[in-house]
Amino acid sequence: MKDPKKIICISCPIGCELTVGYENDQLSVSGNKCARGKSYGQEEYLEPKRIVTAVVKTNSATLTYIPIKTDQPLKKEYINDLLNHLYQLEVKVPITLNQCLLKNFNNTGVNIVFTRSLEA
Amino acid sequence: MIEKKYHSIVIGGGAAGLSAAYEISKSGFSVALIEREESLGGILMQCIHNGFGLQEYKEELTGPEYAERAIAKMAGSGVEIITSTTVSDLIDENGTKTAHCYSAVHGALKLGADTIVLAMGCRERNRGNIGTAGTRPAGIFTAGSAQRLINIEGFIPGKRVVIIGSGDIGLIMARRMTWVGAKVLAVVEILPYASGLTRNITQCLNDFNIPLYTSHIVSRIYGHDRVEKVDITPLVDGAPQDEDTFSIECDTILLSVGLIPENELSCKIGVEINQDTKGPYVHSNYMTNVKGVFACGNVLHVHDIVDFVTEEARRCAVNVVDYLRRKILPTEFRIQPGANVIYLVPNHYVPGEEINLYLRTFIVKNNAQLIVETSDKVVLEKKLLHVRPSEMIKVRIGEKDLARLSADEFKDLKVSIV
Repeated sequence: MKDPKKIICISCPIGCELTVGYENDQLSVSGNKCARGKSYGQEEYLEPKRIVTAVVKTNSATLTYIPIKTDQPLKKEYINDLLNHLYQLEVKVPITLNQCLLKNFNNTGVNIVFTRSLEA
Repeated sequence: MIEKKYHSIVIGGGAAGLSAAYEISKSGFSVALIEREESLGGILMQCIHNGFGLQEYKEELTGPEYAERAIAKMAGSGVEIITSTTVSDLIDENGTKTAHCYSAVHGALKLGADTIVLAMGCRERNRGNIGTAGTRPAGIFTAGSAQRLINIEGFIPGKRVVIIGSGDIGLIMARRMTWVGAKVLAVVEILPYASGLTRNITQCLNDFNIPLYTSHIVSRIYGHDRVEKVDITPLVDGAPQDEDTFSIECDTILLSVGLIPENELSCKIGVEINQDTKGPYVHSNYMTNVKGVFACGNVLHVHDIVDFVTEEARRCAVNVVDYLRRKILPTEFRIQPGANVIYLVPNHYVPGEEINLYLRTFIVKNNAQLIVETSDKVVLEKKLLHVRPSEMIKVRIGEKDLARLSADEFKDLKVSIV
């Protein structure tokens, strides 16, 4: 069990300061003004995830790096592994928008997709 | 030399230009879209992070994805796209506009039009604008040029980084620099609060334990060939506390200290600039003081969300079409910034027609109140849950609200936030 944590809610611009922690074995969120704040606080406390975006090297003469993203948020502890893996790659053109680069990265269920198309 | 004529010339192929050109052409008018880069998309192409498109497409996209959707619409739209081409001069002769352009691909071009849409975007403020003391070594970049280096060219500008200013691009770059292996040592903000969006503070700084020094300035830059060190001085009530100055050794400085609409070209054709926005004064139909010359997007005022740019450009285009059809200008009244309002756009309205207003406030406040009034009557009161200078406020004053005014009561409006 972890200690209570202060988390700033990013569900909307108000930015409530949430306190998330266990109270009598129940995960409780306080400081939120709405339901979105509660679910954000819970997820951010238990299993923080992020969308990761980066660029990978291409064999194209016109664009030497092409942008990619995770198709859904990735658990934070996997981010560095993913980045290190991406830096080793060189991808071949042509590439279409949303084409998949990596399927099910490290069995997380997260796919890596291209966010730009590039002709040969 | 290529000479051609169009109903409309749109200058700039970013979010605003793409949206405006598409909408004008959809109404059957001939349009040329001129872009100085080799490809369309503008600044979106280097903004590889996500968070774009929530309003426009109801999903979260990255910059290049957002651009590609807009570019895809151009195919078959009839818009003539002229890339790798820079407009060097704009001339207005008896209502006919001429754009003089040059291009490595097309040579010299002389393009004529009935209307011009200015959509050139903005550029970054740099070290000269904030006047930081010290030497002039290599290693000082604006955040946007560092972003281009990393995301398009594939170069990493440095290893130990201090970021001046907490604007969104600076925050995004703090994360980006960290993810390419650099160490971001500090973000230094002169104001007592961060200028960027909260979600960027938490996801780009707090995630990596990057310290944010609010009410601090970088007071001196050291280094001969390359940046070696910066001095950071705290401010109390705006006064530097020299005795509390501390130093950070670094090899790179990124500047995220605001954007300025790029209006040199606008001035050449006689467009008048509002010093509060650094963009043109516009009528309710987005027309500048020069008849037939319109403006939209970041060249008009700096937006924080691209979706608003697309929307504003679309609205501008509807008015361009209306002008091309009718060429009449309605009677208008002014809309002026009142208490706590830095600026608002547009600066005029037509009696009885709905107004879509964009504005920024000086204050940070929860449960603020927006008041639209004439000198003797309140037209609209609206509660705003949270306001701050970094978040643009968008408000629609509908025909119903304006119906509170009888015909002889239409006069200048004042917009305040309390």
